[in-house]
Amino acid sequence: MSAEANIRTLTIDEVDISARADETILEAAREHNIDIPTLCHLEGLSEVGACRLCLVEVKGARRLLPACVTRVEEGMEVTTHSAKIDRYRQMVLELFFAERNHVCSVCVANGHCELQSLALRLGMTHVELPYQYPQLPVDASHPRFTVDHNRCVLCTRCVRVCGEVEGANTWGVMGRGAQSLVITDLKEPWGESETCTSCGKCVQVCPTGALFEKNRAGTKTAKHPEFLPYLRIMREGEQR
Amino acid sequence: MNVEELQQIAAAVEGERAQYEYEVNVCMGTSCLAQHSDRIREAIEKEAAGCGKKCRARRTGCMGPCAAGPMVLVEPAGIRYGHVLETDAKEIAESLGRKPVARLDPQLGSYFEGQHFRVLENVGHIDPENVEEYIARGGYEALVKALTEMTPAQVIEQIAKSGLRGRGGGGYPTGLKWDTVAKVKGAQKYVICNGDEGDPGAFMDRSVLESDPQRVIEGMAIAAYAIGATKGYIYVRAEYPLAVQRLTVAIQQARRRGFLGNGICETTFSFDVDIRLGAGAFVCGEETALIASIEGKRGTPRPRPPYPAVSGLWGAPTLINNVETFANVAPVIRKGGEWFASMGTARSKGTKVFALTGKIERTGLVEVPMGMTLRQIIFGIGGGVPDGHKFKAVQTGGPSGGCLPEEHLDLSISYDALITAGSMMGSGGMIVMDDTSCMVSVARFFMEFCMTESCGKCVPCRAGTVQMYELLTKICQGEATRRDLEKLEELCEVVGATSLCGLGQTAPNPVLSTLRYFRHEYLAHIDEKRCPAGVCEIGDARRLAHDAARTEVHA
Repeated sequence: MSAEANIRTLTIDEVDISARADETILEAAREHNIDIPTLCHLEGLSEVGACRLCLVEVKGARRLLPACVTRVEEGMEVTTHSAKIDRYRQMVLELFFAERNHVCSVCVANGHCELQSLALRLGMTHVELPYQYPQLPVDASHPRFTVDHNRCVLCTRCVRVCGEVEGANTWGVMGRGAQSLVITDLKEPWGESETCTSCGKCVQVCPTGALFEKNRAGTKTAKHPEFLPYLRIMREGEQR
Repeated sequence: MNVEELQQIAAAVEGERAQYEYEVNVCMGTSCLAQHSDRIREAIEKEAAGCGKKCRARRTGCMGPCAAGPMVLVEPAGIRYGHVLETDAKEIAESLGRKPVARLDPQLGSYFEGQHFRVLENVGHIDPENVEEYIARGGYEALVKALTEMTPAQVIEQIAKSGLRGRGGGGYPTGLKWDTVAKVKGAQKYVICNGDEGDPGAFMDRSVLESDPQRVIEGMAIAAYAIGATKGYIYVRAEYPLAVQRLTVAIQQARRRGFLGNGICETTFSFDVDIRLGAGAFVCGEETALIASIEGKRGTPRPRPPYPAVSGLWGAPTLINNVETFANVAPVIRKGGEWFASMGTARSKGTKVFALTGKIERTGLVEVPMGMTLRQIIFGIGGGVPDGHKFKAVQTGGPSGGCLPEEHLDLSISYDALITAGSMMGSGGMIVMDDTSCMVSVARFFMEFCMTESCGKCVPCRAGTVQMYELLTKICQGEATRRDLEKLEELCEVVGATSLCGLGQTAPNPVLSTLRYFRHEYLAHIDEKRCPAGVCEIGDARRLAHDAARTEVHA
């Protein structure tokens, strides 16, 4: 197949763009500086389509489609922002905030939190849904890191980075529904985990203040997940 | 195995039957067995032998009218007895060849009128743990026919011609699904039977698996031949121990008779089936979650596409159908697609099995032609609402479906008509409610179910169902405002539109359908602080109930 045959042309928000056939709507949009909000997506990790913030309208599709897992198709007409989608995104964000104890002013990630920035970007002024205030534990048994389940959005980035990149598979998910919890090993204290390599990748990819490094506050709590795409390219280079 | 051998086996079964003058069939379904129908069977056999009658008492599958259980069917006279006790055995044995025992008449009235048995054709007539009896009723004829006389394409053609649609709830055309999987290239393909029936009030698949397991295996083998698969899995809930046990026996017997294994029916076709037990998660009825569960992973759904037809179990093309769908396959092959399509409505063919429960005179398993009205099922077969109460609504489709009021009683059952009316076919649960049911509480019940069964992967379902449940609780307690109702409707829209899988997408349906038909009940709770059905405890009533509970604790 020639190189041209692998190119698809489509419109996103009425802008004509071209993309490789194996690209997702999200990748194509970001290459052309079209903004689609995401939370569970992180470049360098597999997609789960769980946060539902990247839902877009595709003409002819019965439902809204997650941009992070939907491949581009020839002649596709994608709308990333409309009154309806924006309303849905705000409500989904509200659901995130109300679900656990997201109180920005007393959070270690205040100012460096992806959930907080999303709320700002999408113009969320308040949360009308009642907060659930679940009683969730904080595990500070690890010498360097802490997991605070009150701030967790269950995006499973930590689970994915630990399995896919570090290969330790320390993190997992237990329980179901609102009782879901990310856990280390078989719910052993993080500090006692025998599989954890203390590499800290999970902390760097965590979008909120759920995973953080000890003895850091304020500006020092910024996360640096940028290493991931580079790491992936380097590794793929090695394999070749 | 070929046609002649099948006939020999059938002749042997008939020969054995001919030795007996009477046959007493005792139901060994879960609900009858729970009332010791196994002991009843032994007692009847002993008593019959005692009074010198040539009689055998057989174990059979569920006969349908579960509310009248334990059920006994006396052949050849065709007399049914209900509510049989062990102590009745002597009387039944003595009555053989004489006047039936009037006292044990199950009072079934018009229960069997209008019912049409295709999926349940063997139910009550064969021993579910005896493959030979299945063969004597025409079993495995279809598999032999498909393997020796038809090409895979011809099998798919017949299924497509039959107009059979997925019986698990979605109603996807079965022929189209088979054709898709057949066309996808892959060295290894799989057939999966979805037996993860989890809707509250539904027990169709359980009854089929318990009463006629060979039928499902035959359907799977034909499907495997059609799409080119060599391996199959039956995914059953661990809460169905009897179904699992009977399936295990059935698979062993099918292997022994050469219907499973290598070189089936002297052809090069090989196929084998294994059982996988579900650990009791409703979401595992969703196909991608079910596949993850079989793979040994956490049972959570993933976005589609890719569909399982392209990338399913371990990335291989996978055909996944419901128990009842597979149970419909053998007759289609035996009698042809046109025969199957001769019954039903324009776009919904054949019959549908329903589990009739709730406030109804005759609870049980029924099979009716598509196109029958709800009124015929509920008032004809089911005998209407008991104790002089008034019919209020019927819930179909489980937590994904909705409640239909009296004005929809004359609705003809079909996939499309039910969706238009705001409910859905679902797997076949049919719960009847009378004037003592509060529709807000019903919606709240189903929302609680979805909330606890949500897998927790996507946020609209995980957190949205919790919020909706709390709003419904608030309404039930008479503490809600009009603004709360608005918020509830908004949540319904968002959760339905943004959830990842079918569970979350359909979770608002019970709320939406009750809001559509019973909005006045919601408003009575909100504006008048009153529950029209008198179910919800509001205001003083709630305080009193609360105090009473307290006193009890202290006393």
